[in-house]
Amino acid sequence: MAASVAVAGAQHLSSVSDLVPDWARQEVSTGTTIMAVEFDGGVVIGADSRTTTGAYIANRVTDKLTPIHDRIFCCRSGSAADTQAIADAVTYQLGFHSIELDEPPLVRTAANLFKEMCYRYREELMAGIIVAGWDKRRGGQVYTVPMGGMLVRQPVSVGGSGSSYVYGFVDSNYRSGMSKEECLRFVAEALTLAMERDGSSGGVARLAVITEEGLERRVILGNELPKFFSA
Amino acid sequence: IMMNIDQRPCESQRGGFSFENSRRNAMLEENLSKLGYSAPKARKTGTTIAGIMYKDGVILGADTRATDDMVVADKNCMKIHYIAPNIYCCGAGVAADAEITTQMMASNVELHSLSTGRPPMVVTVTRQLKQLLFRYQGHIGSSLIVGGVDATGTHLYSIYPHGSTDKLPYLTMGSGAAAAMSVFEDRYKPNMELKEAKTLVRDAIAAGIFCDLGSGSNVDLCVITKAGVEYLRGYDQPAQKGRKQGEYKYKPGTTAVLTKTVTPLSLDLVEEAVHLMDTK
Repeated sequence: MAASVAVAGAQHLSSVSDLVPDWARQEVSTGTTIMAVEFDGGVVIGADSRTTTGAYIANRVTDKLTPIHDRIFCCRSGSAADTQAIADAVTYQLGFHSIELDEPPLVRTAANLFKEMCYRYREELMAGIIVAGWDKRRGGQVYTVPMGGMLVRQPVSVGGSGSSYVYGFVDSNYRSGMSKEECLRFVAEALTLAMERDGSSGGVARLAVITEEGLERRVILGNELPKFFSA
Repeated sequence: IMMNIDQRPCESQRGGFSFENSRRNAMLEENLSKLGYSAPKARKTGTTIAGIMYKDGVILGADTRATDDMVVADKNCMKIHYIAPNIYCCGAGVAADAEITTQMMASNVELHSLSTGRPPMVVTVTRQLKQLLFRYQGHIGSSLIVGGVDATGTHLYSIYPHGSTDKLPYLTMGSGAAAAMSVFEDRYKPNMELKEAKTLVRDAIAAGIFCDLGSGSNVDLCVITKAGVEYLRGYDQPAQKGRKQGEYKYKPGTTAVLTKTVTPLSLDLVEEAVHLMDTK
């Protein structure tokens, strides 16, 4: 993948010194498991909280659910620097657009802004983003912008390195027409399973519900996560 | 005309930096090592830096060793840099990058503060730093911990060379980060008193000094509160040079002298000058 070649190249450039441990030379990545689900009236989004530089955990309580606007969030995966920079830029652009329009912006607009940036600079960036939120025109929406810059709306979407481990769970357990509580449980369980199996995901599970009324954030600590079979 | 391969006329021009030369440099470095030469290495600060939020503000800590590969280049360098009267920044990574970046930030922040008519905010410094570092895609090798007290409260941020930031109550960076973080994870509590907090930071940096080869010498602390700043240079010197246990000289006469020949050299004293070395 072109983006990872660029990253590997960057690592060679910093002087190879015995004093600096391997993990200190690597770029900060959000490893990650992120997820978003639509329901009637809003969306439920979730993410783990681990940021790694190589094998060292730089931040074990990261918040990967970033507000872009009052009712629009994005879930970040990939390079921490790239996704933070993109999110800051889109937040500015969307805020400006919303003021011009004198209306809350559409989730689709935010998703398109992400797509424009991720596609235009696809060779330089390593960013997998899920945009989710609520607007008056189309209600709760989830749009996924994976690496490469594709844009597609999905009722449920998972992303990040941990997503590979839960595609089966998500595909078999998702039903359309779930309630808010059912969605919350679904996301919490999927995140738990991914965090258990993926080394780059872990910490606490952060969830958020976005509806017309507003925003509700929750944190599920490690020992409070749903319990599954473990050998 | 030198045409950059990134900007062929058939492809639309794109803005931003071209890092073509970085790729060329990497290839040159590889070829040089095959011939037995090596490119000069940038001096890194090795380093253990740390910061915590306590009851009344933030405390920043750092060791004072600067290394040139495996040689200590500076035994007592200052890694806690001034940004604003209420904001200081610890720098790890490439020494020059950390130094220049923080100096530039100090100037920009003062201009910004004059322009807005308000005292500077920690989040402003952090945002300007992250945007600068992101623009340079990690080629500016400075890892920073920014801390301060401003009108909105007490804040502590870490910034990585590629431009990502984290906002946390306690942070460590540098090659000794793991050693220092282990101390924090064990003993950090929110809203600690000043004395306890200073001891904790001192212990964390000491862990880096003892357990990391890239860190050493003294512990510098910087306590920032709403009232002001207390810069404690050389707060602790845990790695004192050891004293020899005994006399290891041989007494004159231990080795028998068999013959002695004295040949005076005819030298003229041309000029005598004494320069005292500053060993403070």
